[in-house]
Amino acid sequence: MTEVTESSKAQASEFEREPVPNSELKGASKFWGMYAGEHCAGTEFVIGPLFLLNGVSLGNIFLGLLLGNLLAVLSWRFLCAPIATKARLTLYYHLEKIAGDKLVILYNLANGILFCFLAGAMITVSATAVGIPFDMPMPTASSLLPNSLSFVLIVFAVGAVIAIVAAKGYETVANFANIAAPWMILVFAACGIIAFAQLEVSNWTALKELWANSITFAQEGQTETRMGFWSVVFFGWFCNAAMHVGMSDLSVFRFAKKESYGWATAAGMYVGHYMAWIAAAFMLAAQIKLQQSADPVPGPIAYNIAGLAGIICVIIAGWTTANPTIYRAGLAFQAIMPKISRFKVTLVTGFIATFAGMFPAIAMKLLDFVGLYGTILAPIGAIIVFDWYFHRKGDPSNLHGAQPASSFSIPVLLAWLIPVGIAIILMRTTDISAWYFPLPTWIGCGLLYLAFTRNSFANS
Amino acid sequence: MLNLLKIIGRIGLLVTILPAVLFLFDWMTLDAVKLCMILGTVIWLVIAPVVQKLNKEAV
Repeated sequence: MTEVTESSKAQASEFEREPVPNSELKGASKFWGMYAGEHCAGTEFVIGPLFLLNGVSLGNIFLGLLLGNLLAVLSWRFLCAPIATKARLTLYYHLEKIAGDKLVILYNLANGILFCFLAGAMITVSATAVGIPFDMPMPTASSLLPNSLSFVLIVFAVGAVIAIVAAKGYETVANFANIAAPWMILVFAACGIIAFAQLEVSNWTALKELWANSITFAQEGQTETRMGFWSVVFFGWFCNAAMHVGMSDLSVFRFAKKESYGWATAAGMYVGHYMAWIAAAFMLAAQIKLQQSADPVPGPIAYNIAGLAGIICVIIAGWTTANPTIYRAGLAFQAIMPKISRFKVTLVTGFIATFAGMFPAIAMKLLDFVGLYGTILAPIGAIIVFDWYFHRKGDPSNLHGAQPASSFSIPVLLAWLIPVGIAIILMRTTDISAWYFPLPTWIGCGLLYLAFTRNSFANS
Repeated sequence: MLNLLKIIGRIGLLVTILPAVLFLFDWMTLDAVKLCMILGTVIWLVIAPVVQKLNKEAV
């Protein structure tokens, strides 16, 4: 998963309504460092184990994530970065020029609500580590509701601290996140190595057999898998759909000197979404082997593997990612209510996220939630891509001087809501997994946008 | 001073990851690994903010 780093956030507060000037462009190393750090988050401790719980074979994890992450990197490199380095606008201002400022508010609302749930999952992750010294009853894989008063109180305490810090300011935690990033990556790697050693396997065949046994144990005797190769590929590709095909990272890459800096996202994908997920999956396998417990609760898993360093890593990984997520959600809500101070809005947002964090279901169903998140937000990126290549002809001057036809573009609204609405209905009425929907909704949204706006652009 | 702190910080990172590799080859016990990891953690989390501050002042 992802969050805003210090540099990207600081940048986001600059040139919000104008193209980034050449003098402010950044070198490649900033982007490599930023992506490597920001995709090693608290939620990685949950996603890796959830692969095992869903019965994903070891080969599908290794190969599926290899391909899925490659497709994600290519999406950043060839869809997001080229537009960002030519238009050099934030997603919000770019969208405003196409769809009008009032529709951007609606997008902000959707963004803010989904960010709250995501931050809630991160608070849950941190709380499972904070709760260890207090003998807090841990939620299990099947927990949907809060399972004890102490869990509620610890989530509240963790969430309150995160909310207050996020409301007071961003810089300190962002600085700390940058400091912690290389250490966190190494703790993830160390945990993976220790867990692998604890599995006591000497060859690939033995590892595959142990893995299959772990799946059978985790699924209480069942051997079927909910996620095959393509599920893993699509999940890996679209878990950050809002950022790449959804164009949210236009705000980041508008500062890049060259579009080739899009390759820097490989650092985030192959460190955070490959090494860290596989390490976390091994950690659950080791827990199953040594303790006969398949509960994917990050705190105890990390504690058993790495002791106090593991607990600290889970807390910091959850905290440093929940904090900017709440900050970002607060900014999204503040755009809707500009008269209320950012402090108050962020504080309330933090408490909404804290309330969400009291329900372990969000963390335990993170794979589905991430799919839903991409399905709702990513199609907006299709409008930007299709508009850029078909209406603006890839020429920034056709965008910079443009004014939207109205402050609330009905064609854009319909192009967004129709495929997303169909996808949500299908999610609820069929067995198709959430991570398969971002791609068709993205394509559908782009085509509908072209169809709905064909006449208006032809006339102009 | 700055260079010395940078070296100490990097030693902290090394102390965080290296024991896990030693455990993999059965050259270290898990308890010793956990002890080293928390030691490396403390070293890094104490030194790195100081290095960051000194770096900013130098700029």
